[in-house]
Amino acid sequence: MTNVLTQPRPIRLKGRSFLALALSPELPFEDWLARLDDLASRSAGFFLRRPVVLDVDGLDINRAELRDLVSQLGTRNVRIMGIEGARPSLLGTDLPPAMTDGRPASDFEPPAEETTEPDADEETVAIPVSVAPAVKATPSMIVTEPVRSGQSLFFPEGDVTVVGSVASGAEIVAGGSIHIYGTLRGRALAGTTGDASARIFCSKLEAELIAIDGFYKTAEDMEPDLRGRAVQIWLEGGTVRTETLG
Amino acid sequence: MGKVVVITSGKGGVGKTTTSAALGAALAQNGEKVVVVDFDVGLRNLDLVMGAERRVVYDLVNVIQGEAKLAQALIRDKRLETLYLLPASQTRDKDNLTPEGVEKVVTALRSAFDWVICDSPAGIERGATLAMRHADVAIVVTNPEVSSVRDSDRIIGLLDSKTLKAENGERMEKHLLLTRYDPVRAERGDMLKVDDVLEILSIPLLGIIPESMDVLKASNVGSPVTLAESASAPARAYFDAARRLKGEAVPVTVPGEKRGFFGKIFGRKAA
Repeated sequence: MTNVLTQPRPIRLKGRSFLALALSPELPFEDWLARLDDLASRSAGFFLRRPVVLDVDGLDINRAELRDLVSQLGTRNVRIMGIEGARPSLLGTDLPPAMTDGRPASDFEPPAEETTEPDADEETVAIPVSVAPAVKATPSMIVTEPVRSGQSLFFPEGDVTVVGSVASGAEIVAGGSIHIYGTLRGRALAGTTGDASARIFCSKLEAELIAIDGFYKTAEDMEPDLRGRAVQIWLEGGTVRTETLG
Repeated sequence: MGKVVVITSGKGGVGKTTTSAALGAALAQNGEKVVVVDFDVGLRNLDLVMGAERRVVYDLVNVIQGEAKLAQALIRDKRLETLYLLPASQTRDKDNLTPEGVEKVVTALRSAFDWVICDSPAGIERGATLAMRHADVAIVVTNPEVSSVRDSDRIIGLLDSKTLKAENGERMEKHLLLTRYDPVRAERGDMLKVDDVLEILSIPLLGIIPESMDVLKASNVGSPVTLAESASAPARAYFDAARRLKGEAVPVTVPGEKRGFFGKIFGRKAA
């Protein structure tokens, strides 16, 4: 007992929330998986490195079917971090843990071949102004060191600002906009959680790849006269636009 | 307490081993007690460059695995009595290096020598990360071409995250050593310019070693270039780099550039 009392540093437990992508499969699973394959073939890597939660609420399935579905998704490189809306009897130690109390966030828009104007977010519009009293500042990450080759900055919560350069072979993945006060030689992916209004700013463009909300451009596709210039990059009707600054 | 210096680069063939031997010999000629440690287990070369290949009995892996004492494995240089070599094993591989074993050896060397120079293998795997793990100072050896610069950038990222200093929240002191610099090719624009490399890597410059046949000649006779051809251009550049490493302010000269350019060179941030 005394051992416990004199223990100077207790273990710290912290709560943390993450934005995950929720997949809601439909019966029959064969057809649903076929549609998923179709989506994956159009936007390679859409599920890559994204946490995915499986929402099975209201589905009449047994444990074997659920396990089969999870392994089917596994073979498609979709790794399930948790299962929502499942009866406790459905889940076991061989399946991802149950997730509860999920709150809806803005929809992930998979990059489509032809751009359709996304429907106005009805939920957001419907909220009366008086009900949102606290104004929450958008989180942002500020990096004051050069981002080196092989490093990956992942910040789905908001904007990333780099005071320094981003090396060839480095990447920045932001939910919001990306600001680089230096040379961008690596990759910059802005608006990755579905924010088409995100932009990329850099003092000198030498990028290998830039992307906003899944729409990307490689170095080869960029206008040669913009290289080496200070630019801003944004999305306009499904095309990536670039313009010099200042 | 001596200083532990890692000579690293990411890319192979840029001159890490040559640099380890040349800097080691340059420091030892000033009376400093120096040991050069070959971390390239399985592909050792430092013994050849230092002309000690016929005197290797025990090696780093033997010491780490407790098969030999450190004093038994150290080889004293025949020309400089304050210069020692701890060779790598050629028959084992890098899996034989354990973090605990490397720490024990480096700690022992640090207390016995003024400088412990760790010659890192190429790559970013076990051998390279263990070579840099206990370093106080890193010398990043880079050639003025794009792939070498990118690999060096990757290594700088690892120096800032995977070393003991970085894990303790301290800053690793890093220096750039530009090797195999060819003034003629730089003039033609076939190579990256010094300023471009400095801009990309943004770490202080320790020196520029010109491309020279003297380096190859010295390697072939098994002698560090700072011993065999001590009056040659690369040797003088290594002597200057060694002085900067000790904290002296020596202006950096870009090989092939005119004297009148000095004003600009003084303005450049030296190590």
